[in-house]
Amino acid sequence: MNFEFSDEQRQLHDAVERYLSEQYGFDRFKAIKGSAAGWDPAVWRDLAELGVLAITVPAAQGGLGFGPLETLAMMGDCGRSLLLEPVLSSAVIATAVLRAFADETPAAELLAAMATGEKIAVLAHFESGARYESQWVSTRARRTGESYRLDGHKAVVMHAGAADTLLVSARTAQETGDAQGVSLFLVPRAAPGVVLDAYPTVDGQRAADVYLQGVEVPAGSRLGLEGAALNPIEAALDIGLAALCADAVGVMQALVDATVEYVRQRQQFGHPIGRFQVLQHRIADMLVHLEQARSMSYLAALRCNDKDIGARRRALSAAKAVIGQAGRFVGQQSLQLHGGMGMTDELKVSHWFKRLTAAQLMFGDSDVHLQRYAELTRGC
Amino acid sequence: MRLEFTDEEQAFRKEVRCFLREQLSTDISDKVLNGYELGREEHLLWQRRLHERGWGGMGWPVEFGGPGWNSVQQYIFEEESALAGGPRLIPFGTKMVAPVIMAFGTAAQQQRYLPKISAGEEWWCQGYSEPGAGSDLASLKTRAVRDGDHYVVDGQKTWNTLGQYADWIFCLVRTDAQAKQQAGITFLLINMKSAGITVRPIVLLDGGHEVNEIWFENVRVPIENRIGEENRGWTYAKFLLGHERTGIAGIGIAKRELARLKRIAAQERQHGRPLIEDPLFAAQIAQVEIDLWALEITNLRVLAAERRSPAAGPEASILKIRGTEIHQSISELLMRAVGPYALPFRREAMEAGWQFDPTREPPGPRYAATLAASYFNQRKLSIFGGTNEIQKNIISKMIVGL
Repeated sequence: MNFEFSDEQRQLHDAVERYLSEQYGFDRFKAIKGSAAGWDPAVWRDLAELGVLAITVPAAQGGLGFGPLETLAMMGDCGRSLLLEPVLSSAVIATAVLRAFADETPAAELLAAMATGEKIAVLAHFESGARYESQWVSTRARRTGESYRLDGHKAVVMHAGAADTLLVSARTAQETGDAQGVSLFLVPRAAPGVVLDAYPTVDGQRAADVYLQGVEVPAGSRLGLEGAALNPIEAALDIGLAALCADAVGVMQALVDATVEYVRQRQQFGHPIGRFQVLQHRIADMLVHLEQARSMSYLAALRCNDKDIGARRRALSAAKAVIGQAGRFVGQQSLQLHGGMGMTDELKVSHWFKRLTAAQLMFGDSDVHLQRYAELTRGC
Repeated sequence: MRLEFTDEEQAFRKEVRCFLREQLSTDISDKVLNGYELGREEHLLWQRRLHERGWGGMGWPVEFGGPGWNSVQQYIFEEESALAGGPRLIPFGTKMVAPVIMAFGTAAQQQRYLPKISAGEEWWCQGYSEPGAGSDLASLKTRAVRDGDHYVVDGQKTWNTLGQYADWIFCLVRTDAQAKQQAGITFLLINMKSAGITVRPIVLLDGGHEVNEIWFENVRVPIENRIGEENRGWTYAKFLLGHERTGIAGIGIAKRELARLKRIAAQERQHGRPLIEDPLFAAQIAQVEIDLWALEITNLRVLAAERRSPAAGPEASILKIRGTEIHQSISELLMRAVGPYALPFRREAMEAGWQFDPTREPPGPRYAATLAASYFNQRKLSIFGGTNEIQKNIISKMIVGL
């Protein structure tokens, strides 16, 4: 048992932290958030140079071949800096999806281009009406000769607008809700029939609902066997969930730090408000939540690649439930302890709070995961 | 980063398991696993078993006759012992007074007291709290006045745990009434058979006799029973508070009780189905289980960090707060799991040595008899050892610093 990062992991963390603290301050965040695209290609190039985009790309595709612990080491910094660029969507989740098909040329080529920052890909999987159920795919792919024709609607696809390629899941067999019969396709975002209804999310990131209207792709853009894509998709989503947990813990740490600083500075009734015991105890409660959340972010990173799917999902659901609850408490109380200032757009606090709110809503909230955990442990 | 224990630690765990299998009798483990109290002789018998194995001085270095375990080994022992239904270790001797005697006692004191603690020959209790000195311990008033080569002790201690079994009590007493609160306190070891000591039971809400008031009237204590210097007792007591806090969360016991909760919830019925399948009850069990998992990893993080240097931050307070909250949640769910059969309150059914009388069926399932009492009893957890509110003061002092 050991909770230290390796030298390599620490170096990666230090490099990312240094870059973000020097180059990705609050003003830069606000400027990027207010820009038309909502992300900055220059930042993306810098991240590529730092190796962030290559972390989990296999060495054979020019990547660093690292895993979830390296992702964990740097995700907290992304959260703390409110990074808007699609690291989670492209460099973690889409990369994890493609790794499962790295022995196929299209996936391998895309991975190589993603490692250098040249291409961005995102997974377009969840659908309207599915909430967080991953097998709830009703988008259809019909084979005609040497091509497929895709029709359907993908909901809240993070960073779809930034992507060159969408990894679209679609049913080639069975009915909505079946675990079998889901296939995966590489779809150029600019392909005819791909329509994006793009918007910012609550925390200032970008997303889109993606409509596929008779989109034609060659048969060769299907990844893997027909109808067998759900397992690799779920595996990639679990790797993404672990990374999201680490991002959220970085945000919680930032909020605890900022709130401690604020109650030390803010004077009322002739004292810093941190003298008031009710606020001291609130901060103690926040720290307790933060440390439990941090423990679970480690668990998530350590187990998200577990071959035993039951063990993997138990750990990840436990982690997401704890982190969702902790994030809600830490976020709400940070705002509360900042008083009226916490309500303003001017302070970073409100932006961290919104990022935690978004994290709670992604990949299943605490209740969904609590319920899933209860189901997975029935009889254990 | 890895969660798994090292190979040596795994081997140690096996050794502990093997010892427990051979030495822990089922009449003791059955009581522990079913929530019954143990008596003095059962506790001392277990201490002697540990001593015979060389493990009597839990947490002690080898030079004082201990097994020389690090905190990871102690954690593993406590977890395995709890899961197997081993008696909880009464901490006052091995874990509380012994480290103080080792750090601040004379060689003569070390030779006099330590071997008998390890061997389970003498039972120790603690004389800290007073009616007017709880969380504000330093305001204690029990006086000790020098008279030749003795101190004469007068006053009252309270919330003394299991003093009715004790041979010795370690006390904080005031030797200088003029000095600032913390400065005038002395640490004394007092024989419980001394003339002038009266032990009066305090009956708690669960009907049990676990704590006492102890009255001291002109109790003569030889000067050689003083630890360290006069008026320096607060320093020694504080050393004790900072000592060995990694077991404070009670992870092993919580795991055992959670397993018991699941067993009982699987036997209880609601709408003709096992209660454990009720979505709301299942969610409550799941919640406490994931909370416990998070705390276990936090505890392991603290242990791993301690391999390099002792914890100096708010870790112990975090473990205490979360640990007690989780224990209390489990005990409450256990009580609620049996529904109306948590209501019958028969004291004799809760005590150690109670023999099930087949001619007198208990109302409801046997496992229900102790659950309300144990829920009541567990409310103490967030009060003793520094209330959870005091723990939050400590955390805040460390991170806010105001």
